Amino acid sequence: MSWEYLVNHSPALIIIVPLLAAFGTPLIGRFSRKAMYIWIIASLTLTEIIAIIILHTVYISGKPMVYVMGANPYNMAVPPDSGGIPIRIIFTVDAFSSFMAFVASTVALAGGIYSISCEAQQSAQEKYYALLLLMLVGMLGMVLTGDLFNFFVFLEINSLASAALVSYRIDKGLAVEAAFKYAIISSIGALAFLFGIGILYGEYDALNMAMIASRMKFTDLDKIVMALFTVTLGMKAGAIPMHYWVPDGYGKAPGAISAMLVTASQASLYGLFRVSFTVFGLAANTATLGWFIIMLGVLSMFVGVTMALIQHDIKRLMAYHAISQTGYMLLGVGVGLATLGTAAFNQYGLAAMEGGIFHIINHAMYKGLLFLTAGAVIYRVGTSDLNKMGGLAHTMKYTTIFFMIGALSIAGIPPFNGFASKLLIYESVYQFNPVLSILAMIVSILTLASFVKVFHSAFMGPKIHDVKEVPKSMLIGMAILTFFIILFGLFPNIALNYLVAPAAKALANPLGYIARVLGGGA
Amino acid sequence: MMSKIVRTQASFLYTLILIFGFYIVAHGHLTPGGGFQGGAVIATGIALIVVAYKFENIKGWVKKSMLTTAESIGLLAFIITGISGIGVSFFYNWLANSGLLFGRVVHYGINPGYINTAGTLPIMNLAVGIEVLGGLGVIIMYFLHYAKEVK
Amino acid sequence: MLFNLPFITVVIVIGLGLYAMLYKRNLIKIVIGLSLVESGVNLFLVSLGYRNGGIAPIYTSAPSTHMVLPTPQALTLTSIVIGVATTAMLLSFCVVIYRNYGTLDARKVRRLRE
Repeated sequence: MSWEYLVNHSPALIIIVPLLAAFGTPLIGRFSRKAMYIWIIASLTLTEIIAIIILHTVYISGKPMVYVMGANPYNMAVPPDSGGIPIRIIFTVDAFSSFMAFVASTVALAGGIYSISCEAQQSAQEKYYALLLLMLVGMLGMVLTGDLFNFFVFLEINSLASAALVSYRIDKGLAVEAAFKYAIISSIGALAFLFGIGILYGEYDALNMAMIASRMKFTDLDKIVMALFTVTLGMKAGAIPMHYWVPDGYGKAPGAISAMLVTASQASLYGLFRVSFTVFGLAANTATLGWFIIMLGVLSMFVGVTMALIQHDIKRLMAYHAISQTGYMLLGVGVGLATLGTAAFNQYGLAAMEGGIFHIINHAMYKGLLFLTAGAVIYRVGTSDLNKMGGLAHTMKYTTIFFMIGALSIAGIPPFNGFASKLLIYESVYQFNPVLSILAMIVSILTLASFVKVFHSAFMGPKIHDVKEVPKSMLIGMAILTFFIILFGLFPNIALNYLVAPAAKALANPLGYIARVLGGGA
Repeated sequence: MMSKIVRTQASFLYTLILIFGFYIVAHGHLTPGGGFQGGAVIATGIALIVVAYKFENIKGWVKKSMLTTAESIGLLAFIITGISGIGVSFFYNWLANSGLLFGRVVHYGINPGYINTAGTLPIMNLAVGIEVLGGLGVIIMYFLHYAKEVK
Repeated sequence: MLFNLPFITVVIVIGLGLYAMLYKRNLIKIVIGLSLVESGVNLFLVSLGYRNGGIAPIYTSAPSTHMVLPTPQALTLTSIVIGVATTAMLLSFCVVIYRNYGTLDARKVRRLRE
């Protein structure tokens, strides 16, 4: 297996590895617990390595990769006898996709390692890990696919696996109640998405995003489709008017799954950006859509953080912060979309998009870390009520440090990564509209206030719980995310140059995407 | 447990349903149908037998562990068939028109439908059939398990 | 008018499903409502691919080449498979909720808010 072969087939391999691992897990788990853990960690690590290979390849070549399932050769998107129409299942991996795949596989790796100790007492573990891997497959598929219907299929794989995982600890029925809500919301959202796909198929006779984008005429029907897509994907991403499943779902899931649900929401966010930039970006009035996304973002930011201030359940509080932080990404990328195609885009629009996209990876890392620490606290203390906690810093030293890093990062305090992306957003959005930028800063201050409260009530004060530090595997899971937080915080230029800037440029360049697929892919 | 008439009918129909299900699975590449539909039909057979006899009596010979194993094996067989073409690309149909198993060479145009064609598709259909049979069977068994408990 | 009949049915079925989901209190009825919406969307996809006078897209001994579009049917099949999985999962959630709460009334299944 030569290096070139591996690189060429990496978009398929990144799906194959977790899929094969997921299907094999129940069989291996029947024989030996330990072998199953090794199998899981090995497959997650392999996925992460392949994600980095894809990231590297796309960065070096600067063009999207195309992989066609079942074609000969593997990258023949448009067969010679098809009349210029791309057929088969096509994966189109541009810099933004590879960026998201990297985020998803990193958080999944941390979550998988974390789960080994955290879920050690639970029954039916082999199903837990199988679903965790399937959830990862769903996220990776969503971000890599170049085809709207496949996006729907992976969206459903992701939401079914997530809903089942949310209900994993039945918790006297509470977790199942949350999962029921989540499953109903995501199914109805996915069906609305499918309806939109049906309309587009009826109009343009294609399911491939590039093909639809090149044929896009933006009729009144397309406006309906755009509304359907924006609302359903915004709902799955947890933007504010459609956010009611987020606190329940995030709050009741096991710690590692909450962290992965953040990434799953971001995969939906990816879908929203992909659809609005690539599919509708060329023909639609992007300023209106951009302002709509900005309004969603500002509402999410503000309502999320104000709702978070009054919570006393540690995970519900963090879930509301997740809504609020999603607002920053919507704001950043929305500004980019609103200015797309004008002179202002190169002045500050692109920078705002970079800020929004940089915030995606930062948010995945620090919110993942915070959910993992919350899971660690619940694992030891046994309650998620902040009023019943206190003095954990005395015994759980490492968890306290990890929590502090995550909290300072989410509040945008300088040495950590949250600061880098928030500063980019403030600066660029200020040139677009000063009010939005000031609002974003106020939200950041409120976030800090909220996390000071959590820190004070959970970790400070006299020692009331006689607890030990959490097991090593949970610490390793948290350390992986902390590593990236500190790396991106100290050297934001690395992330900006290698990860974020190519992703933003790829997203803002739908013509390159279309030309790559319709040009045959080779 | 239902009456003797129902039970006799169920044992008789069970065989037919099973044969019909496997027929649909086997002809998935030629007719509408295939793995999912065939597997669903077979699972209906299981449902019929569980409804006609009592759940406790069935538990002995339709085991849940057997069904979950069938599910895993079906899924693994499916994905491995997909991987087997990775030399060219994932899911590449390397068996079609090759002269090997399911590899009868078919010429362009209308034909009466040969079963020994379509390469990896019948294998995948079979895998999906086994998977769906296991999956739906497990679902039916679990639901009936709870039904007994509530009563 | 006759040609539009499937689409009118789609609207009616989806409307019924949404009505059931919004106004029915029993969780199982909500799941039934979701299934109705799904059937409506599936019907929409299938009717999109219909061609007047076309036959089923099976090449085996086909009498003509005038066929309905196979792609929407493939989409519908996939969507049905996903729908089965969703329905099964939601119903099993209902089972667990009933065992723990003793009720399926949506007004009483709201302990998360407390």
